[in-house]
Amino acid sequence: MEDLKRQIIEALNLKHLKPEDIGDEQPLFVEGLGLDSIDALELIVLLQQHYSIKMANPQDGPQIFKSVKTIAEYIRANQTT
Amino acid sequence: MAYITQYCRIQNRMLLRQGSVIYSNLAGDLDTFLDTALTALSIYYPKFYKMDRLSKLGFLAAEVLLRDLELMNRYSPQQVAVVLSNAHSSLDTDIRYFETTKTIASPALFVYTLANIVTGEICIRHGIKGENAFFISEEFDPQGMCEYVDLVLAAKKTKACVAGWVDVMGDQHDVFLYLVEKQGNKFSLDHSPAQLQKLYDLKYGTVDGRSQKTDH
Repeated sequence: MEDLKRQIIEALNLKHLKPEDIGDEQPLFVEGLGLDSIDALELIVLLQQHYSIKMANPQDGPQIFKSVKTIAEYIRANQTT
Repeated sequence: MAYITQYCRIQNRMLLRQGSVIYSNLAGDLDTFLDTALTALSIYYPKFYKMDRLSKLGFLAAEVLLRDLELMNRYSPQQVAVVLSNAHSSLDTDIRYFETTKTIASPALFVYTLANIVTGEICIRHGIKGENAFFISEEFDPQGMCEYVDLVLAAKKTKACVAGWVDVMGDQHDVFLYLVEKQGNKFSLDHSPAQLQKLYDLKYGTVDGRSQKTDH
């Protein structure tokens, strides 16, 4: 989970944050970390680049990108290598 | 008649207001300078780190230019205009974005592939909602800028205008931002092409750690 947090910080240029600043179940959007729609697109790119996962259904985004924990669960369920 | 009531400059990794060095970092590259300047100015604005270099330069210059002026207390959001210009448009970011398209295109870079995004970042930060324009010219054009800003100020609703030159290409950067107001104060200068050229042409250096301003 720490690696994933580091990747998110790097991909989204969250230079004001450290991995320990992001709670596993902390909401990433709106009231949580305050990410926006462009960040959501960058998260899709991150999944593709680091985990070779192409999101089959973009409508699942809000559920998958709810928190670092839900992203980690999605990666575990969909990673082929 | 309008007046230049404040001006600032970013050049050679030095940030200056009214000719005085506010911050400099000659040790690193431009990216290091931009990020450390934000911290040095005690500004907490996480979105800054997502911006491209052009927006970071414009954002920092506007922060220094408008600091302590209480501009938005004196004018309504619609009464303040922003008129900017540069030589390289958003080419610095266009090239970076193009590189990412060879693998997976970056959405975060794509949103900065327009020169006037810097105007938007300044307006969001300061709550400005007036007229805006962005011009591309080979070099700073005091005549054209002065005429256009005077035209904007001639419109009844506009009372002040953040104007200037914000240019970047690689590590090369050049920023001259100034505030023009219909109402002057005891420190204000006449808003004229000659005055703008004079302020733009001031060269800054340091002698024995002190800032020095010289006419060339």
